[in-house]
Formats: sequence, C-alpha cells, structure tokens
Amino acid sequence: MPYPFGLRRFHFGKGSRQWGGPRKTAVLRRFESYSPHSSPPATRRSYPSIGGSLWLKTFTLSHFFYKLKLGFTSQGGFVSQLPLLPVRAPNLTMQCAQIQINYYYVGLWTGHDFHSQFPSFATCSKELKECSGHVFVDSVPEFCLPETELIDLSTVDVILISNYHCMMALPYITEHTGFTGTVYATEPTVQIGRLLMEELVNFIERVPKAQSASLWKNKDIQRLLPSPLKDAVEVSTWRRCYTMQEVNSALSKIQLVGYSQKIELFGAVQVTPLSSGYALGSSNWIIQSHYEKVSYVSGSSLLTTHPQPMDQASLKNSDVLVLTGLTQIPTANPDGMVGEFCSNLALTVRNGGNVLVPCYPSGVIYDLLECLYQYIDSAGLSNIPFYFISPVANSSLEFSQIFAEWLCHNKQTKVYLPEPPFPHAELIQTNKLKHYPSLHGDFSSDFRQPCVVFTGHPSLRFGDVVHFMELWGKSSLNTVIFTEPDFSYLEALAPYQPLAMKCIYCPIDTRLNFIQVSKLLKEVQPLHVVCPEQYTQPPPAQSHRMDLMIDCQPPAMSYRRAEVLALPFKRRYEKIEIMPELADSLVPMEIKPGISLATVSAVLHTKDNKHVLQPPPRPTQPTGGKKRKRASDDIPDCKVLKPLLSGSIPVEQFVQALEKHGFSDIKVEDTAKGHIVLLQEAETLIQIEEDSTHIICDNDEMLRVRLRDLVLKFLQKF
Amino acid sequence: MDPECSQLLPALCSVLADPRQPVADDTCLEKLLDWFKTITEAGSSLLLLQENPCLLGLLCHVLKPQDLSPRVLAFSLRLAGMLAAQEDCFQYLQQGELLPRLFGEAGPLGGAAWTAPSVRSGWIQGLRSLARHPSALCFLADCGAVDTIFSLQGDSSLFVASAAGQLLVHILGLSLQGAAEGHPGLQTGDWPVCAQKIVSHIEESLRSAATPQITQALNVLTTTFGHCHNPWTQVLWVRLSPLVACLLEKDPVPAAHSLVDLLLSVARSSVLSSSSCGLWETLAQTLSHLSPTQAGPLALGILKLQECPQALRAQAFAVLLQPLTCVLEATAQAPGLLDSLDGTGGASVTVDTLLPSKAACVGLLCRTLAHLELLQPLPQRPSPWPQAPLLGATVTILRLCSGLATPTSDAGGHLCAFLVGCVRVQRAALDFLGTLSQGTGPRELVTRVFAVLLEYLTSPDSSPTVLKKAFQATFRWLQSSPETPGCSDLDPHAQLFLRELLPVLPKRLCSPCWEVRDSGLEFLTQMIGHWGGQAGFRRALLASEVPELTEQLLRDPESYVRASAVAAMGQLSSQGLRVTPASPEHPGGRQKSLLAELLRILSTDSEGFPRRAVMHVFTQWLRDGHADVAGDTERFVARVLQVASQDLDWEVRAQGLELALVFLEQTLGRPSSHCPYAVTPPVAAPPSPLAQALRPLCRVQLFEFAFRALFDCDRPVAQKSCDLLLFLRAQTASYSGPQGSGSVPEVASVEAALQRWQAGDQGQPLGYLEPEVVVAVLRSMDLEGLRGVLAESSDRVEKSPQSLLQDMLATVGALGEDEADCY
Repeated sequence: MPYPFGLRRFHFGKGSRQWGGPRKTAVLRRFESYSPHSSPPATRRSYPSIGGSLWLKTFTLSHFFYKLKLGFTSQGGFVSQLPLLPVRAPNLTMQCAQIQINYYYVGLWTGHDFHSQFPSFATCSKELKECSGHVFVDSVPEFCLPETELIDLSTVDVILISNYHCMMALPYITEHTGFTGTVYATEPTVQIGRLLMEELVNFIERVPKAQSASLWKNKDIQRLLPSPLKDAVEVSTWRRCYTMQEVNSALSKIQLVGYSQKIELFGAVQVTPLSSGYALGSSNWIIQSHYEKVSYVSGSSLLTTHPQPMDQASLKNSDVLVLTGLTQIPTANPDGMVGEFCSNLALTVRNGGNVLVPCYPSGVIYDLLECLYQYIDSAGLSNIPFYFISPVANSSLEFSQIFAEWLCHNKQTKVYLPEPPFPHAELIQTNKLKHYPSLHGDFSSDFRQPCVVFTGHPSLRFGDVVHFMELWGKSSLNTVIFTEPDFSYLEALAPYQPLAMKCIYCPIDTRLNFIQVSKLLKEVQPLHVVCPEQYTQPPPAQSHRMDLMIDCQPPAMSYRRAEVLALPFKRRYEKIEIMPELADSLVPMEIKPGISLATVSAVLHTKDNKHVLQPPPRPTQPTGGKKRKRASDDIPDCKVLKPLLSGSIPVEQFVQALEKHGFSDIKVEDTAKGHIVLLQEAETLIQIEEDSTHIICDNDEMLRVRLRDLVLKFLQKF
Repeated sequence: MDPECSQLLPALCSVLADPRQPVADDTCLEKLLDWFKTITEAGSSLLLLQENPCLLGLLCHVLKPQDLSPRVLAFSLRLAGMLAAQEDCFQYLQQGELLPRLFGEAGPLGGAAWTAPSVRSGWIQGLRSLARHPSALCFLADCGAVDTIFSLQGDSSLFVASAAGQLLVHILGLSLQGAAEGHPGLQTGDWPVCAQKIVSHIEESLRSAATPQITQALNVLTTTFGHCHNPWTQVLWVRLSPLVACLLEKDPVPAAHSLVDLLLSVARSSVLSSSSCGLWETLAQTLSHLSPTQAGPLALGILKLQECPQALRAQAFAVLLQPLTCVLEATAQAPGLLDSLDGTGGASVTVDTLLPSKAACVGLLCRTLAHLELLQPLPQRPSPWPQAPLLGATVTILRLCSGLATPTSDAGGHLCAFLVGCVRVQRAALDFLGTLSQGTGPRELVTRVFAVLLEYLTSPDSSPTVLKKAFQATFRWLQSSPETPGCSDLDPHAQLFLRELLPVLPKRLCSPCWEVRDSGLEFLTQMIGHWGGQAGFRRALLASEVPELTEQLLRDPESYVRASAVAAMGQLSSQGLRVTPASPEHPGGRQKSLLAELLRILSTDSEGFPRRAVMHVFTQWLRDGHADVAGDTERFVARVLQVASQDLDWEVRAQGLELALVFLEQTLGRPSSHCPYAVTPPVAAPPSPLAQALRPLCRVQLFEFAFRALFDCDRPVAQKSCDLLLFLRAQTASYSGPQGSGSVPEVASVEAALQRWQAGDQGQPLGYLEPEVVVAVLRSMDLEGLRGVLAESSDRVEKSPQSLLQDMLATVGALGEDEADCY
C-alpha cells in the first residue's frame, strides 16, 4: 500500500523493502546470567561467581537465545512527517538565502476546502493539504522509531551495526531509551553514518518549522482519513529529527571494530564482523559460542563495486544463517540500471537539458561517478559540469579516498602506486566534478547549464534537491533520475505534479538478489536459513515469478514482524576448563580401548559465562570453640563417595555364579529391556536391564545383600 | 623429382635414420609426406624407390633395434604404406620381407615404440594407404593386422581409435569391392574371410553390454553406410538391423548419439532408404524410445530427408515440437494453438524432461529452437508448417525469459524460474523468431511479436548480444511486413511499431556499452537502406533525435562504433535524411561539413575500421552520384585518392582502387559492372576522343595512385591495381593517338621511376602525366606477367620441396652448431 507523500514511512537503513519486510539489525540483549532477574544492571559486564552444577549442559540454545534476546528488531524506522514542499513559489531563485518552507504554504493551499471534504475534521484541516488528488500532512518532518514494544531497549547490551544506512535511528535508541550498552561498528560505517546524519540534521534545521501536526494522529480522526493516511501505523510514536548533539553523543557510544576481529561478549558468545561487500565498512556478523555458530547476513553484495568483496568463506559451517537485507528491486539488474542512467543522462544533456540525481551523499554515488568518469568522454560529455551539492559532499568524497583497507583489491593496489583509489579525484582535479556544501555561495556564481546535479534528499522532501525540482521541473528538456531504491519515485514526485520534466527510475541496488542468494547458500551450506516471510514467496504483484524467492533445502524458516523464533538447534554442551593442579590429580582408568574415565571432585566456578573446575578447598581443621563453622557451610560435601560402577552383567555367567553359590531352580526370562532372573525357591526376582538392576525379594535383607554382592562382582568400580 | 631434391634426399634420409639427430617438428615430416604423396600419385612408386635407394635404406634402418624417435618411425610407416599402395611397388617391398617386418608382429607392434600414440597412428595410416589392391588384403590377413585394428578401436588416443574405425571400414569396403561386384545378391555367408571377420566383430560388439564397444561398432557402421552405397551394404544392414533394434529395448538406450548418427546415415543411403528393409520402422521405434534431448537430432535428420514416409515425418516433427508444446501448455495458451501441432501426446513426457534441472531445460529448448530454425527454410519442411503455434511458443519463451509471461501451472512456474534472464535461450529464440518472419501469421500474433521485440529492445536488462539479435529479428519482421498497397510504404502496423521504436533507439545509441551502440547503428543503417525512401519512415526518423546522435557518434571513442556511425551517416546523407540547418543563408552548409568530417576521419583516425567505412561510403556516394560528390567529382576523387594512398591499412588502399575503378568507369562512359542498376550519373561522358577522356583521370592523379598500388607490399592491393590497369589498357587498346617524339623521354622517365618504385623506392612522385604517356607506359608494361606472379601465393618459394629439404637439413645443422657452442 503506497503511503501518501508526507506520510511516507521511510526507514533509516533502507528499511522498507518494496514488497519485503523491514530490514533488520542484530540487537544483542544483555546476558543476564542464569536467572533473567538475578543480575542487577550495574553488574552487566561482570557477573558474580555462582557455584553451580552441570545444569548448563541442558541449557538449550533456544533458551540461550531467549536469555540473550538476540532479537532482530525493525530498526531505523523513520517516518517523515514532511512539510509539503513550496516548490511552486515564483520567487524561489538561486539567490534565495534559505528555502523558507513555511513561507509558501498559503499560496499552495488556496482554494482547497477541506471542511467540505472532511466535515468532521475541521479541527485538523489546517494540518491536511491536498495536491493533485492526494492528501498530505503539513508538519515538521517526523521519523518512525525502531520497534520498542518487543524489546526494552534499556536492557539491551550490545547493538551490532551492519552498515551506515542501518544506523540512522541510533540517536533515538542511545539517547532516549535508557540504553546503556555498547554499539559495535566499523570505522567507515561510523564516519559515513555520521555524514549521513549530519546531512539530514542540516537539511532539517535549515528550514525550521515550529509546528508539528498532531491532531490528525487522533485515532478517531485518522481512521476516517483517506488511504493511505489511515493505514499509517504507530503514528503516535513518531518523533522529530534528532540534533547534532544527540548524534555526537550516540556516536561516542560506538566501539570501533575491524573485519575478522573477535569480540567477546560477556564470555557468552563471540561476535565477529565480516566484509559484506555492500558499502564501505559494511559487515555481516558471526555470533558464535564454542559449539554453535549463527551468521547474520544483512545488506551484502557479490558485485564488484568499490567495497571489499564479501567474505563468504567465514560463513561456512553455520548452524543458522539469518538472512536479511536483500535487494529491494530484485527485477532491476544494477548493470542494466547503470546503463539506463548513463544513456538517459547523455540524451538529456545532449539536448541541452539538465539532469538532477536525488541521492545520498555516499554509497552508490561513488560507483556512479566512476561509471560517468569512464563514460563521459565516449558520450562526448567532457564539457558538461557535474555538481555534487551536500553539506557533507567534501567530506564524503575525501573520506572515500582514505579508507583504503576497506576497499576492493583494485582500489587498494592503486593506493600503493600511489594514486587516489576513486577516479572522482581526477574529475575534481580537472574541474569536471565540483562540489558545494549548499547551493548558496560559490555554487550560484559557478553554476552553468546544461549540467548534472547530484544532491539530496532522495525523498524530495527536504534538502537542496527541492530547489532544483522547482527550478527545472517546468521544462521537458530536463530529467530527474532516481537511483536510490528506498523511495517510490511516484510518491516522491506527487507534490510536484504537474511536472514537465522527464522522470527516469533507475534504482541501483547492489544487494543480493535471489539468484545470488541461491549461489551463496549452496556455497556456504548452513544447516538452517532464517529469513523474513516475504523472501519465501514471490512478490504479490508477480506471483508467477518463482525465481524471486529463496529456494533452499531445508526450506528457510521465516518470521513475521514481532515474531519470536526458536532457532532449530539444541544447545547440548558447554565448555568447562579444569585447573592444571586439578587435572594433575586425576587418574584416568581405561574402561574401553581409547576411553578412559576419572572421577573428579571439584568446585565449579562460573563467572562471565566461563566455567572452571577448581580443586576443592581442603577441609579446614576445626580450630575449636565458638569460631568453628560447620564444614558444610563453606565447602561442598567432600566425604568419600561410593565408587562408581560400570559395565554390564552377562546373564549366563551370572546364572552360573548363582548356581555356584547354591541357588537352584533358576529361571531366566527375556524381556523387552533385558532379562529377569527368577529364583523360584527364594521367591526372588532379579531384573537386569541396560541401565539398572533391581533385586526384588521380600524381607530378606541378607539374601538381597548376597545377591547384590554377586551382581557387583561383574561390574567395574572406580 | 627435381635433381636438386634427389641430391638432398640421401642426406635427409641419413639424418632421419640417425637417432642422435632430432627432427625439429612434425610439420616438416607432414610436408615431406605430402610431397611424396604428390610424387607417387603422379608417377611410379617403384621407380621412385629405385632412383632413390636411400628411401629403402631408411625403411630398413628403422627396423633395427635402436632408440629412434617415434615420429620418424611413424613417418617411415606412413611412407612405406604410401609406396606400397601401388601393387608393383608392394610386390617389390614384399620381396625384401620389408612390409611384414614393418606392419607385422615383428615390427614396432610388439616393441616399446608402440606405446607412442604417433607410432600407432602411423601404423594405421600406413596400412590405410597400403590397402588398395587384393594383394594388400592377403597381406593384412596373413600378418594378423585386423585383430590389432580391432583392439586399437578402443585406444586411449582418440585419433588412433577413430583412425582404426575408419581403417576397418576401408578394409571392409575393399574386401567386398571385388567379391560383391559380380554378385549383387551375395549373402554374408559367401563374403570373403576378412569381411566376415569384421562383420562378426561388429556383431559381437553390438551384443556387448559395454557402451564403448557398442559405440565403436555403431561408428564403424555409420562410416560404412555414409561412404559406401554399394548393394552389399544392404545385405549388411539386413543382417545387422535386428541387433541394432535390440539396442532400443535397453533402458537407457546405450550410445544413443551414435545410434542416431547410424540410423541417419542409413536413411540417407540411396541403396538402403529405397529398399524395404525395415528402416522406417526402426526409425519410428527409435524416435519413440529416445529421450526428447536425444531424439531431437534424429527428428531433424528425418525431416531433412528427401524421401521418407509421411507418418514418420509427422512423428519426427511431433518429437521436435514437443518442448514448445510443453511451453505452451505450461503457460496455458489457448488450446486452439495446440491443435495444429501433430502428435502432442508426448508432451507430458517432455514436461518431466524439461523440468528436472535448469541446464536440461535450457539445453533442450536451445537445441529445439536451433533445429526448427534450420528446418524452416528447407523445401522439404513439414507442410502445413505450424507457423502460428510456433510464433506463439517462441513469443511465450521470450516472455518467460524476460519474466513477463504469467504461467498458470506449477510446471509453468518452474519453467519461468529456469528461463528468467537466460541469455542463451533468449538468443536462440530471437534467432528463430527472425527466421519465422519469412512466413505469415495472424495479425494478433504479429502484434505480440512486435510487442515482445519492443520489450527486448527497451529493457535495460537485455544483454548486448541479446539486443543485437533483437535488432536483427526486428529488422527481419519489419522487412516482411506487407507494404501498403499503392504507396509502397510500411503498413500502418509496422509504422506504429516504428513510432514506438524510434524513441528507444536514441537511448541505445547513448549506451555506455559500445556493443549496444554498434548494434543500434547497424540496425539504423539497415533500416535507412531499406526504407529510407518511404515517407512514413522518413517522417518518424526526422522527428527523432536519431540523426543528430548518429552524427555525434562519429567521434565515439570505440573504433567499431565510429565505423558503424560512418556507414549510418553515409546512408542518412544519401537518403537526404541528415538534419539540415535551419538558417537559410547556409543552405547545405552542414551537408558539406559531413564530407569534411568523413575526410577528417579518413586522414586522421587512428583505427582502420572507421577509415575503411569512410572509403565504402565514398565509393557508394560516387557510384550513386551523391550531391556532395557530383558538384566537383574530380576534386573529391583527387582528395580521397591522395589520402587513401598514404593509408597504412591495405584494405583502405584496396577500397581506394575500387573508388578509382568507379570513377574510371564513369569517366570512360561504361556503366559499372558491379552495380548494374545504379543510376548512371550525369558525368558519365559519351565515348569521346580517348585522350580527352583520360585527362580527368590524369588530373585526379589516378594513375599515380594505381601505379603505387601496383607495387604495394600487400598482394591484394597490387592484384586489384593490376586488374584496374589491365582494364584501362583494354579500354585504350584502340587508341592510336599521337605518339609524338616529344613524349618519348617522358615515358622513359616514368618507366624509370616505376622501376625504382618496384625496387622499393617510392619516394619520388610521378607528377602530372599526359594521357599519351599513360597509354604508352601501360602498353610497355608486362601487366599480364605481373598478374601471373601476383596470382601465385606469396610463399610459393618457401613451399617448394627443395626449400623444405634444405630447411630440415639446416635445422639439424644448426642444432649441431649449437652443440659445438656448448664447448
């Protein structure tokens, strides 16, 4: 169901797959020791030693996950409550100092009588505006927060960030939920994520707007609104954009990690980021304990673009592979789309038109600039200027050049020559590409047409792109080319209608498509695959496309929004270390060739999920008097234990032994589980089974003891 | 044999016989054998041996136990076989017991050298050459060679195994040649021992459970029936066909591919196909037993047969159509489409065959489409040809490949998943769709064809190769669409399509992928060539951005694209479709600039393809009397020839001669022989005094260009120039103009200059030549002799046997020197 503009639910982190589920990120909840309620928050990272038995052996991984709450929450949800754009104001020119969005509303809404259309909404009619048959909400932009009902974010210990698109909601979590944990991410993720947030804050703060529409959120009113306004969910939780201060505070909580670095989480699990090949510093995560391995694959790419290639080998031998963040446009091949992009760009510019590319300041833009670098000469476009306008344009272009270790091999080798890894450096040097923090200042004087402009925000709701839409929208010579897959271009354009400029939709999404997923799964061969339900069936609009779904054996386990899954494996074992001095004292006895056993008496010491068997403290000599404690208060019961028995009883020999000891009239019966030896004279039964032996005789303890001793002769003791 | 070669031969033989002298490579020995073959074919082998005893010495020498190179041994065996092919020489060699020692068990057969495949191969080829006469047959029987050949059929070397099979066929044919000729009704029981032995061996192999043995037997039979159409082959088939039929009862059918080859070979044999020996029944049985993948080639082979029972043809066609029927079923096409496909009963079987894996599905569909494409143009193709269902199926496959089709069944869903984005199937289907344009189809289907073609041409996901095929198919369909009666324009349907297509073309011409730009331009050139004169097309083209974009592509960085752009611009300009400037003060200003632009490309482009394309365009313009050229033809020709003569690419120079020829023919008033329908341009002058006629040629310095080309280092250029000058001389034969004494010194100086040119010094120009001088020079030159020399291949000297022998000896000598250097 499409959202109307102004109500478009857009997700930080490309959350809304057009027909798929929200993109996920792993949130690792604090491991609260054995008991969910036993540990106070302050002791989160260091748990008190708890004496224990081997009950941990029965600790299943599903249980373990419950404790860890390795939940995958819909993250970064981001609903913009956007002011409808003032794009038709005649006096909006390049010289305009600020785009004053409020200023233009009056003209835009003149002539619309909402009272007549929605008589019952007289109270909120000022918030609702109509444009070309669509109803919009007039408000400061608001953003949908991550899911909070399923998980209490204040109890989350660790957040693993997969890529910079996935972290846009981080300030909401770290600053407003009581979150006190750690966030792990790679350096490029943090740096470029910061740029994206900075750009967003800048875009929003540039055009301050006092009012925030809230009346329409009243459920009684909302349900009567036209679709899709009435279908928007959790509108009451939507919030305004964060501030730069909050961004900085959020980012300060991030701990930087490198690929393949092993990070111990409270001794419970080890997490490792791996290159996912999608963006600079983008990661997949391996979460593993000693005996279990879970891979979290999100936003990965097998295409040869600028980032380091995807590390597939490390994903092998996973018990479970959680797969999310596939391409949002599975039918659009990125190569074909880049071709379309270039062709349309060239056609427009050759005809004297301008090209507008609404985009993020990092990511696909690097690849587009590289393609254009190769293409412009062949297309005879060497003289056409390319402008990149963003508050963070300069930083983005420069950052990309310094993250050499995070780049693909080809680009890494360039660094050693030394040459800049990305060719946009040369475009800048030769003045073919110019970048500006905004369209004011230098840009106004340098600007010449026809040209190509890359600028944000791709939603067309704020940022410098708004201005260019207004400036160029009236001429059919110009073209706007949408490359970001996050937004429906029709919805983005809705408030600008009628529009004369050409619109081209070339979504470039390099993330895995279903063919690549199929190859990946064949290569990696996880025991189980877990993915959103939407990936396990063809998209509703193309129900015949059986190729647009995950096809693997065994079939993938799917989950829906807010569903908690029990992962399909049992946690059977836990590793326990034995202290050297204790190990020294063991005397193994071989009970079968190759198998030796030893009894051990020790104290199991458990701290931070590490279990150590320590020698039992020596019993303290009673020092007499009042200070004497009962030994059982301090130390385990160390009295000499009965020997352990092992082995099996050979029935025939046992019967012979009985006969030898004077028992006669012995009858042996076979049962399902073993044998019954019947001593008819003595009215006694001996049940011999695989794991137990019972002697049943009435009131003859002497006989029982005799028989027991006979049985024990056949068993080994240690 | 030349005396020189006779002198060199002993030395060579001693080199070959010396194990310490390694022979450089096999190629020399192969060439040597080729030479001996020409000698023995032309004359007596016995004489050769007697005149060159060193050869016999070599053959005797290789038999001595020594560490001789396998390649020399193989050479000797083949040489011996070649010599013994003549019966007298065979007897001569037999006297010395040489042949049994070479080919019998005492020879290399039992020795260590036999492990080398080249020796085994030489042994077989020697016997193959030798087996030409009845004495050879006795020899083969005596020395037990046939058993060895049987075992060599399974040799690890495929070459040896294949040669062994062919030798068996040869021996069988030879042994039956004499025996059966007089007795057409001869039964196998009466056949010569040797033939019986071979047939028994084949029978045994066919009964074997091992597939390789069955394959060997089938291959021998295939070759036999393929090469020999004597009556005895019929007897052989009657005897063996039950065994072949038995193979069909096995599941799976062993060696299916070889079986298909055999049956087709039998069916093509005139002796067998005309007789009633159960062949058609066997073929029908085979068709029904084999899987669709295996049966496809058999079905195609049957349908290609000139004479064949109608029922069998129908069955074969049904087999061939099965996969397409399956596609139609899976996508629930209208059942009416299926009615005209004969024998669709087996379709459900095909679904199972199509679906198990993507590879099987794709392979079967590609083969089916390729088979049908081969069949479509044949006169013996099935009639009625199910044009409509085939069109429907092909369009459906293409729609499945692009994810457009909506299958309704599970099978269809699987099919869709297999085919989406499959470039191989897309290419095969587009090829076949193009072929289908030769027939007609219902209007509704043709609309679907154009729709799917447009979809492919528009889709960003079409790979460059698919796009090229789509362009080709589109052109063929447009070509076949009926013209509107009376106005010789495209029919409205095609015009509608063009209106949708032309906006797509600019995008393709701007593609970052040069292959796409190139295919787009090629398509455009074809279109203009075909419909450039039609009003509807012209209007649509001029309304689009295509002409302007094409002109911009003249400066494309990719040379192939520039070349295609040159061709397209040439066409556009010829048809008057270039966008002319709006300003009235410069009428035709930009038209001239195209000539300048093409001349710029011709003189400065670093790649050969665009320059060649320019020469083609210029030649065509000259031939057609293009307005730019007609204005000042002499200046144009002079300029082009001047630039072309300096070109480093021989094809450009050769094309320059082509242009010169056109100009020459126009000047001398003779219509071009190459283009009989060309409009004779106004410059074509009536026969006039030749000197006057030749003067324009002299002014454009055509003769200087032609004479330079005559001594061109590239032979095709020189040949073409020679032809041109010979043609000119023939034209001037009747010329008896004044041969004044004043011109004689000039002739001499020209001849001297030409001699210097011939010697490689082409620095000095000839300058302006008077027609009389040209005629005199032409008469004095030995052009026929030059043509004779040029007609011989350039390596004629190097290819001579004498050169070969010298080379081989020199190689060995050089090796010896190297050894000396080591000390």
